[in-house]
Amino acid sequence: MSAAEGKYKTGSRLERVLRDGHFAVTCEIGPPQSSKSEKIREHAGVLKDVSDGQNLTDNQTAIVRLCSLAAAVHVKAAGGEPIMQMTARDRNRIAIQADILGAASLGIHNLVCLGGDHQTFGNHPGARNVHDIDSIQMIQMVRAMRDERKFQCGDEIKTDEPRMFVGAAENPFGDPFEFRVRRLAKKVAAGAEFIQTQCIFDLKRFEEFMKMVRDAGLDEKVYILAGLTPAKSDKALKYMQTVPGMKVPDELIKRMAGAEDKKAEGVKITVEMIQAVREIKGVAGVHVMAIAWESIVPEIVEKAGLLPRPRVG
Amino acid sequence: MIVAEPKPIAEVAGLIKAAKHVLVVGCGECVTVCQAGGEKEVEILASALRILWKIEGKDGTIGTQTIVRQCEPEYVAELAKKLKGADCVLSLGCGVGVQFIAEAYLDKWVVPGLNTKFAGGTVKAGIWEERCGFCGDCVLHLTGGICPIIRCSKSILNGPCGGSQEGHCEVNKEISCAWQLIYDRLKGLGKLDLLDVIQPAKNWQTSRDGGPRKFVKEEAMIE
Amino acid sequence: MTTQKPETAKAAEVAVGGGAANAAGATGLANVAGAPEFMPKIVAFCCYYCAYSAADLAGSLRLQYPPTIRVIEVPCSGKVDPVILLRAFEEGADGVYVAGCMEGDCHFLKGNFRAKKRVQAVKKILDQIGLGGQRLEMFNLSAAMGTRFAEIATDMTRRIEELGPSPIRPEALAARKAAAGAKEQGEVKTR
Repeated sequence: MSAAEGKYKTGSRLERVLRDGHFAVTCEIGPPQSSKSEKIREHAGVLKDVSDGQNLTDNQTAIVRLCSLAAAVHVKAAGGEPIMQMTARDRNRIAIQADILGAASLGIHNLVCLGGDHQTFGNHPGARNVHDIDSIQMIQMVRAMRDERKFQCGDEIKTDEPRMFVGAAENPFGDPFEFRVRRLAKKVAAGAEFIQTQCIFDLKRFEEFMKMVRDAGLDEKVYILAGLTPAKSDKALKYMQTVPGMKVPDELIKRMAGAEDKKAEGVKITVEMIQAVREIKGVAGVHVMAIAWESIVPEIVEKAGLLPRPRVG
Repeated sequence: MIVAEPKPIAEVAGLIKAAKHVLVVGCGECVTVCQAGGEKEVEILASALRILWKIEGKDGTIGTQTIVRQCEPEYVAELAKKLKGADCVLSLGCGVGVQFIAEAYLDKWVVPGLNTKFAGGTVKAGIWEERCGFCGDCVLHLTGGICPIIRCSKSILNGPCGGSQEGHCEVNKEISCAWQLIYDRLKGLGKLDLLDVIQPAKNWQTSRDGGPRKFVKEEAMIE
Repeated sequence: MTTQKPETAKAAEVAVGGGAANAAGATGLANVAGAPEFMPKIVAFCCYYCAYSAADLAGSLRLQYPPTIRVIEVPCSGKVDPVILLRAFEEGADGVYVAGCMEGDCHFLKGNFRAKKRVQAVKKILDQIGLGGQRLEMFNLSAAMGTRFAEIATDMTRRIEELGPSPIRPEALAARKAAAGAKEQGEVKTR
């Protein structure tokens, strides 16, 4: 192993981009509510050259969808770099570890550990949720599988331990606000290597958050990717205001309402945001979540001056 | 206390439909406090069911008896006399009480008149809320006395999650975010550093996940 | 008060079963042709401080109201338990009402609020068991409102007359049984 390769813990392209010091771009693909894989492969084909990794959501908003593991395999087959999302809501530690072994065996190198939206949001509100472990315990567990070659129970993983580049989510706008950074510190201490934040519309509040992150020295310990979502209309922004954990400033809604070509304005706003967060010390990249509008991502990344994506080992 | 809620009368009427001589049994403990199955509620239900049977032109008797508590064989035994002529027992005890009666009287058809809900306490007259998750390994000393297992909708031990907004749980605004409460409580006590410790994955074997549980106290086993 | 008052619940049973107001017409067979007019049996739980005093006043004013009301004095409307209301109906009352002080003026402060909530709860039960919550009501009046007392008695009587006799009056049940028996005999004959 060369000295350069020694710094990489996994076969993840995203890890390489970040550790090499490039400003990373990740995006998201929402799997379908069916067994149809064509769209996933289609999106992957479009997104693979404009991003360093593509997240596959895990039954997002507790609606049953094609699972993130399978979706990740489809993305990989299409030439992309899948980032598998895993929630604590639907699986216990036994299933999670098994899925991680499975994912690793299929060449998936990135895992984001999440708590998961409560099942009452989804289409199976009567389901029993699991929450055997929480997202922080999951991070610990996945890191231990890789670096200590141990299962959660302590048993040794005798060969071919799964080597995941471990990420987590953070909501810079959740309450209690003053505790958010402390909780982020906990995630980092547990072993999170990269963070994707909830989508940002309130730049000021995000700047406040990043200052607190820097004061805690966390920017040196974890790669933070600022989450952004392009809005198609002022209606879309208004709807986002109702989602728990989201903060959308009224000026933005006014701006959208006044625009003639709302989609173009949405793209403009996102590009401006990318340029703005790039200037904030401690931000290592962006995570563009354009669910149901994946096709717009190439334009956004290009206009933000982030093409071409870097070539890494 | 164990908090239970009365089943709708229509449902209860359906459960005793095939019977001719019903004994409605109340319990003097938890369900008396939460006004679901105490002596008063037993009399109310029995009277209502008698009226219903009369309207339906149904013959039969509906008697009543309330014992100190249904989760104690010694008290359950006191039902024997009134149960002689009964072919159905409508228990207004919690799920535990219903089972103890059924175990003691194998030849009687025992049905529940309540939906047992949770372990909780009185918040205000007429309002009872859940507080304990029965996890079998209490961690209240780590959270300033607020249970993360049951008061957090996701039983998170290293909370809060990203959905906490203005002290509310993402599930609905009426639920307080347990971790906001924990944060505020520990802040007030000057013990916020407790939250910096990563709580490891819980061993759920002491909870219902490990199967039906038992507690034995040797020195109390006098037989 | 030194006069002995019977136990409230027992009083309800007695009031419904017997009494001078149980005239020939109270057979509960109003729907049967040729039967005398239906005379409702209504039990009124009246609080000592207001409603019962108003009843007394109505009496001294010689106000006319239907002889359908059986008044039961209680120290406070809050003394009335849901069980007592249901027992009254179980024993065959066609209607029941609770009369207490004006809201805010209850001698025991909140008794009439408790009564109000209990009446509402029992109304729901009555709807669920098919007897009908309209047969039960809560009224508030002050000791000076003799006229109002008579008005309430009259209004409630009219309401119950319209609703008809309780389907579980002993006479109604007996008549139903007799009718069922006759029908069965008829069926046997025609076979």
